[in-house]
Parts: sequence; structure tokens; C-alpha cells
Amino acid sequence: MGQSSGRDLAVGCFVLLGLAAIAYLSVTIGGLGSNGPTGLRLVAHFDEIGGLKPRAAVVISGVKVGQVESITLGEDYRARVVLNVDPSLALPVDSTASIMTAGVLGDRYVSLQLGGETEILKDGDAIDFTESAVVLERVLGKIVHNVGGGDDGDSSSGNGKQDESSKEGGE
Amino acid sequence: MIAAIARLGALVIAGLEDMGRLALFAGRVGVAVVMPPPRVRAFLDEVYKLGVLSLVIIGVSGFAVGMVLGLQGYNTLVRFGATNSLGAVVGLSLIRELGPVLTALLATGRAGSATAAEIGTMVATEQLDGLRMMAVDPVHLVVMPRAVAMVVVMPLLTALFIVLGLAGGWVVGVPLMGVDAGAYMASLESAVDFRDDVLGCGLKAVVFGVLVGLIATFRGYTSEPTSAGVSTATTTTVVVASVSILICDYFITALWGV
Repeated sequence: MGQSSGRDLAVGCFVLLGLAAIAYLSVTIGGLGSNGPTGLRLVAHFDEIGGLKPRAAVVISGVKVGQVESITLGEDYRARVVLNVDPSLALPVDSTASIMTAGVLGDRYVSLQLGGETEILKDGDAIDFTESAVVLERVLGKIVHNVGGGDDGDSSSGNGKQDESSKEGGE
Repeated sequence: MIAAIARLGALVIAGLEDMGRLALFAGRVGVAVVMPPPRVRAFLDEVYKLGVLSLVIIGVSGFAVGMVLGLQGYNTLVRFGATNSLGAVVGLSLIRELGPVLTALLATGRAGSATAAEIGTMVATEQLDGLRMMAVDPVHLVVMPRAVAMVVVMPLLTALFIVLGLAGGWVVGVPLMGVDAGAYMASLESAVDFRDDVLGCGLKAVVFGVLVGLIATFRGYTSEPTSAGVSTATTTTVVVASVSILICDYFITALWGV
């Protein structure tokens, strides 16, 4: 009996230890229930989400206030992103949602910038002002295009030729 | 030539028959779980043998694996200047793959082989026949508590393995390599998702527990009643269970993306 109860104690400790490990993994590491209060659903349409994924963070001034619930293609062929944020937030109707990147190659997240209206967004409302994700290839493409355009402008205005001719005249 | 084909056919048939017997055996164990009496004493003893006695090997292995992950991860990440993501690398590797798989393999070697040998010896020494003489179903008294204990113990051992692995990665990453402690934990917590990663890990652990529990008891229960039979049962348990764990792991990952 003494040996048996010692075993039972060991088994009990083992099970408690295992359950504590599971709880630690689920709650602290897995973030179960630590997403803060959610319930206010806002819809935002973007031209380009550039790798934004469901469960990405929604932040105001860098503080996490919710997460991306779903991303679908809307009827107007723009990305329809549903944000689920803390319902205690009073967000003006003219707030802006922007897709940002953490670091150069980091994860995408949605940042909300507050507007100035007194009317606030309610559950299911759409955020009218959105800023799409910056796609690196497009930015590079624009830079290349601009540089090319700049060269054209220079040659057409003929500044170099004028300089040359004035030099010649001087000689 | 024809004889070779016939031999191949015989092998396939034997394999299929074996799988069929395992399925029937699983059904009998399943029925035994719900049949009274509940066999609590035998179950607790098995949790002690399979779980508590495996703690040391699981803990040491988990810590060592975490340390290696921390070192390898650091050496790779430092080239990209991304050592702050070390926690995510260690955590995701452990939770999604290494934790469940290595725990199951270790439990197979440590507990599964012992279970098969124990039941095999009971067969060889006619103890199970003795039980049948007394109208006690050996599947109910001997097999069921061991199989159920393995299913219960596996997720607990896996969780402990992972937590100690995370600690091992922390020890190498933070004090030895100089990764910021806050960055380690923050990248770990932001990278690991409960539904995608932790639940998937739990699913794997339970499936592996069922596999190891069933294969070990089945091999022991159907072993030849000789000393060679017991040793064959032990060996096949380790081989078959290890291979099935690795194959199942692929399919769980492929089907549920965990």
C-alpha cells in the first residue's frame, strides 16, 4: 500500500507537470485567449494586400488591438479584408487602414490611423480610406521607369548641346 | 521466376492479414475500453511505468535537442542578421515536428518495447491462458490499460519534451550566444499559433500514442510463446512503430498542414 501510494503520488505529479506544460504551450506560447478582446468587425477594401495573411496583427500606433479575420476577393475584384478589433475602441469613421511591413522583409500587418470625425465606426462598418501594401517590385519598376523618363527629358531639352555650343562660341 | 512472384504474393497476403488482425485487435481494445470494470489500478500502474519512468529520457533528450536547434538556428540566422528570430525557429521546429515525432520514437524505444516484451513473456509463460481459465479477458485486463495509458501519456510527454526543448534553445541562444532574452520569447510567442501549431502537435501526439500503444500490445499479444518469439515481438514493435510514426507524420502534416 505504501509503495502503491508513492506511485500514485508520482503519477499525479507527472500528470500535473504534463498538463502544466500543455497549458504553458497553449496559453503563453500559443497565445490562446491572449489576443485581447475582439468582437468589433470592420471591413476594409484594398487594391493590393501584398502577402497579408489571416491572423495578422491590427495595430494603432504600434499597439496590437486585434487581428485580421479573413481575406477574400470582393465583388469589385479588390481584396476584402475583415478586421476583428477590440470593441471598446471608438474609431472615427474617417480612420485610415494601411498595410505595413515589419522591417524590410518582415510580416505584413494592418495599421489604423485615427481620423477626426466625431461619428464612430460600428460593428460591420467599412473603412473607406485604405492604403494598399507597398510591393517592392512595383516600387523598383517605378524607379526604373522614372530614371528612364528623366534621361529622355534631358536629351530633348538639349541642355548638354547648348552647353557645348556656348563653349564653342567662347573659343 | 513464377516461384519468386508467388513468394512476393505470399508476402503481400501475409502483410495484409497482419494489418487485418491489427485492425480486429484494435476493435477488441476499443470495445474493452468501454466495458466494465474500468481497471483503474492497472491503468495507473501503466501510467507510472510508461510515463513517469520515461520522464528522464524525455527531459534530457528534449533539452539536448533544444540546445542543438538553438546552436544550428543561431549559426544560420546570424548570416542574415536575423538572430532575433531564434525563438521562432526553435519553437516552430519543436512544436510542429521534432517534439511529437522524437517523443514518440523515444517512447517506442523506452516504453513500447518494454510493453511488447512484458506481454510476450506473459504469453510465453501461459499467464494469459491462466487468465482465460478464470474467465478474465486478457485484452481487458492486460492489453487495454497499457494501450490507453500510452495514448494518455504521449501528449503529456510531448509537451514536457517541447518545454524543455524551448528551455534548451534559450540556454544556448540567450546566455551563450547573446540573443536578447525578450526577443527570443517575443519571436517565439508571435510565431506559434494555438490552432495551427499547438493543436496540430496535440493531434500528432495522440495519433502516435494510439499507434505505439496498439502496435506494442498487438506484437506482444500475438508473439510466439518462446523466448525467440518474445525477442521478435520486441524488435518488430520498435521497427514497425517507428516507421509508422514517421509515415503517419508525413500524412498528418500533408493533410492538415500542421
